[in-house]
Amino acid sequence: MLEIKNLHASIDEKEILKGLNLSVKAGEVHAIMGPNGAGKSTLASVVAGKEDYEVTEGSIELEGENIDELGADERAHQGVFLSFQYPVEIPGVSVTNFIKTAINETRKARGLEDMPARDMLKKIKEKSELLEIDSKFLSRSLNEGFSGGEKKRNEIFQMAMLEPKVAILDETDSGLDIDALRIVANGVNKLKSEDNAVIVITHYQRLLDYIVPDFVHVLHDGKIVKSGTKELALELEEKGYDWIKAAL
Amino acid sequence: MSKYTEDDLKKELETKEYEYGFYTDIESDTFPTGLNEDIIRAISAKKEEPEWLTNWRLDAYRKWAQMEEPDWANVNYQKPDFQAISYYSAPKKVDPNKTLDDVDPELLKTFEKLGISLDEQKKLSGVAVDVVVDSVSVATTFKKTLAEKGIIFCSISEAIKDHPELVKKYLGTVVTKTDNYYAALNSAVFTDGSFCYIPKGVRCPMELSTYFRINQSGTGQFERTLVVADESSYVSYLEGCTAPSRDENQLHAAVVELIAMDDAEIKYSTVQNWFPGDAAGKGGVYNFVTKRGLCEKNAKISWTQVETGSAVTWKYPSCVLKGNNSVGEFYSIAVTNNYQQADTGTKMIHLGKNTKSTIISKGISAGKSQNSYRGLVQISPRAENARNFSQCDSLLMGNECGAHTFPYIEAKNKTAQIEHEATTSKIGEDQIFYCNQRGIDTEKAIALIVNGFSKEVLNKLPMEFAVEAQKLLEISLEGSVG
Repeated sequence: MLEIKNLHASIDEKEILKGLNLSVKAGEVHAIMGPNGAGKSTLASVVAGKEDYEVTEGSIELEGENIDELGADERAHQGVFLSFQYPVEIPGVSVTNFIKTAINETRKARGLEDMPARDMLKKIKEKSELLEIDSKFLSRSLNEGFSGGEKKRNEIFQMAMLEPKVAILDETDSGLDIDALRIVANGVNKLKSEDNAVIVITHYQRLLDYIVPDFVHVLHDGKIVKSGTKELALELEEKGYDWIKAAL
Repeated sequence: MSKYTEDDLKKELETKEYEYGFYTDIESDTFPTGLNEDIIRAISAKKEEPEWLTNWRLDAYRKWAQMEEPDWANVNYQKPDFQAISYYSAPKKVDPNKTLDDVDPELLKTFEKLGISLDEQKKLSGVAVDVVVDSVSVATTFKKTLAEKGIIFCSISEAIKDHPELVKKYLGTVVTKTDNYYAALNSAVFTDGSFCYIPKGVRCPMELSTYFRINQSGTGQFERTLVVADESSYVSYLEGCTAPSRDENQLHAAVVELIAMDDAEIKYSTVQNWFPGDAAGKGGVYNFVTKRGLCEKNAKISWTQVETGSAVTWKYPSCVLKGNNSVGEFYSIAVTNNYQQADTGTKMIHLGKNTKSTIISKGISAGKSQNSYRGLVQISPRAENARNFSQCDSLLMGNECGAHTFPYIEAKNKTAQIEHEATTSKIGEDQIFYCNQRGIDTEKAIALIVNGFSKEVLNKLPMEFAVEAQKLLEISLEGSVG
């Protein structure tokens, strides 16, 4: 599904990713862990196509197609989704209006007509129920005055609406209380299928109790330095990252 | 919003240049250029005006000749040469009886291109239209329906002929003929415009709409609008403006006067997209307009404007809150792109007790444009418990444009409550990236953000206008972020 080979990326001439390899197959959940500054969020941004980063070497392939040259919007049309760590506010644009626009723009790019209003409403209703989102919430301005939990729930709501092939969740657990965490994780689990893949970026084991990964990778200094199964996450929780750094 | 489809938008966006920039070739009857007392007499004679009006014009002209063109606004432009303008231009083939069948088919095509339909469709949507092409009102629809309610809606020339007592009573009472340089010029040379009178206790059953358009090259358009809402009446009035693109500057100096008597309400909405000049700043309309409304007891006047056009704008729709408990509102979106300059805002003059005013101004600047809000809130010594709330938000796109706010507050009564809020923001790259990541391209993202920013004002527009305004915002900002 997603194939990252020898990825080098830098921002303002500073290299952050230094030869990263990652292979994610359909139906899999991968967790990426690592200390602050390891390059976790950079990886998410680079895959999503943020222009501030320059890819100097290596490649990113989605279903066998190289997406390096595509803009962020085009990657989204191909099925890449990023749940932001810090979702931005867009005053005056409602949650509903925003997601409608996103869906119809994506459909347009795929040569489809706008989604009929009735189908859209039905889908919004269904997906908002999945994430226990109140209908009043849908008419609020996007992320404006949202609590941390509301922002993250809204990110996963958008994921549910857009049905991406690869979803990258960048620290979706940060700022969530335990109830919100359960709702968000539950939502992600329900959206998981044999046709898509999820990459969970997190500092903590906590989220992985709910979204159980098939593989866990440790990112350090722009490279994946250790990979394992979900037990690796438990080990990291117990021992921290120093033992891995020491082993390098 | 159901009528507004993606396809419409797509079509609009494909038109990269100013989309109303076509010129209709109709024979017109144009005066030689220049301004003097003979020209004014000729205009007045051509329009078969009564003597009092000829003298009124001449008086305005003499005062104007003594006045200086104002230069306090935050705009720079080459001052118009008033002797190089022709002050009268009328399409030749207009039948005085003014039925649609008599209208030049070329002109009807122009209306079609503008998207103004004077046909059944429009009737169904309940809009009465008075169209001013250059200086003469060409067709007024719905006169009959309105007449049954005693509503008068016609060109000001007709009003001068058919209702001279009303015109004489109210003309120049809110904006006096010597109010300012351009108002004086307008008073001297105005050629047409609209007149509207709503009788006591009548609620106008439809939106009244006027469409202005400057067609003939080298002509200035000086239209005059007078709206009188008698006691306890209500009217919503829409005004739309376009001009073909030309590389010389065209002058537009209009005067609008509103009178809301006791318990009356007037909503006045404008969507203005006069030609803004090309991307290099050449050409465009100079829009120097005086708009003011007078509120008697318990009356209310709302100005709503969406300004996307003109090379230079100088415009301050104002309310004189004379009666106790009267209310004034000003909702504005002003967009400037490329080399456009706008100095616009409002004046709220609180004279009566318990008067209230609200100002919501949204300025959007892009390209190398300069966008200024200038507003005055004045509380007179007698205006007990006056209240004002002002909010001025500016949105910047790119690094070469400017947004300026000049709020003036003069409170001479200590019971006054005045609030002023101002924000300046920039469309952030993180906002664009967020939208991109959701599959929304950059142009569409900007349109979305701008619409969100302008929503409070767009919501104040009648539905049909809101859709048009939204499209205009998108078109006028197209290509402004690279």
